[in-house]
Amino acid sequence: MQTARDAGLVGCTRCGKVWPAQTRECGRCGAALKRVDTAGLQAVWAWWFAGLIFYIPANLYPMLRTSTLAGNQQNTIIGGVIELITHHSYFVAAVVFVASVVIPVSKFIAIAYLALAVGNEHRAGAHRHLHLFEVVEFIGRWSMVDVFVVAILSALVQLGAVVSIHPGPAAAAFALSVALTMLSAQSFDPRLIWRGPARTTGP
Amino acid sequence: MQKPPIDQLIACPKCDALHHARHLGENERAACARCGTLLITPRARSFLHVIALSFTAMILMIAAVFFPFLKISAQGFSHASSVFEVAMAFSDGLLAPLSLAVLMLIVGLPIVRFGALIYTLWPLANARPAWPHARRVFRLAEELEPWAMAEIFIIGTGVALVKIGGLASVSLGPAFWAFCALIIVNALKNAFLSQWTIWDAIGQK
Ligand SMILES: [Zn+2]
Ligand SMILES: [Zn+2]
Repeated sequence: MQTARDAGLVGCTRCGKVWPAQTRECGRCGAALKRVDTAGLQAVWAWWFAGLIFYIPANLYPMLRTSTLAGNQQNTIIGGVIELITHHSYFVAAVVFVASVVIPVSKFIAIAYLALAVGNEHRAGAHRHLHLFEVVEFIGRWSMVDVFVVAILSALVQLGAVVSIHPGPAAAAFALSVALTMLSAQSFDPRLIWRGPARTTGP
Repeated sequence: MQKPPIDQLIACPKCDALHHARHLGENERAACARCGTLLITPRARSFLHVIALSFTAMILMIAAVFFPFLKISAQGFSHASSVFEVAMAFSDGLLAPLSLAVLMLIVGLPIVRFGALIYTLWPLANARPAWPHARRVFRLAEELEPWAMAEIFIIGTGVALVKIGGLASVSLGPAFWAFCALIIVNALKNAFLSQWTIWDAIGQK
């Protein structure tokens, strides 16, 4: 199978149009043309570390502050999941746990794995790597669900002295972490998956 | 070996494999021979569908912002919230920027996308040349796609409803149903969207 790079060309990752290798901008859709180059991985790692840094306070600080007649209560992400379990809402507990813990953590691992695997002769695993990348790209934005839950609860549950819910600082850290990892995944060029070390010097 | 002209080639955005556009049929979907990524989904006369659906989605979104979204009541107290108020839940103190971000993710960016699609496709559907900056506008619509999170917001609403379940009773307002309809309209619109066809149509002067 011949690639655009083998043919001395560069393909537009936005619209698929092909241009001579030195072209800077796609003449059809106007997107910047990116060569298949490991230099782009620096951006992937930069966003990745930034996302990871914000994921830590997202777990340490409270996501929600609930005040009821019985007193005040603060819940972290994990605390919220545990509370749902004690109320026997197992399904929703699972949804929140998957969206806020399983997806973010596996996303960090998956992006790091994909970025580290670039350059190894992984031709046999390329299809699986691409599949993993597509899953990461598709599923990453769904982590934002917990931020929306906090927003809805805080806006709605304002019943004076009976019960009121306020957002905690973890909501902002978590939203930032999700956005930064989305940027990390978007900066990863899936065309690198198909590149072995033998080809990195060009045709 | 004869080299095909460069403007008849397509490079797969996921694996860089080169394909000959002419070999990819007019009415069938064309997938990359190497990695299977969908390269072309031609749908004849789909522009009008996309315009109609984007317009509907925009109206629904405007309704969803201003009508009551959810109403809660417990022990004689009650409180109603619009989608706008939901976004403003973070508006006091240090979390204020998050309010703006949430408002953009669930309302602003979806509306910008619908508007951008209508702007791009309206002249094309009427067999006129594209309006100025149509390329940039359509590219914006494409780039914003992962950041428009209306459908994730509705899932979030479901989770929130269960969490409140024990505390109080919640009734769903018209904006909730408008939002649900919006998700369906948006999904239909995406099914009719054929990027390759649109890029080709914009390019024809
Ligand atoms: Zn292009
Ligand atoms: Zn491909």
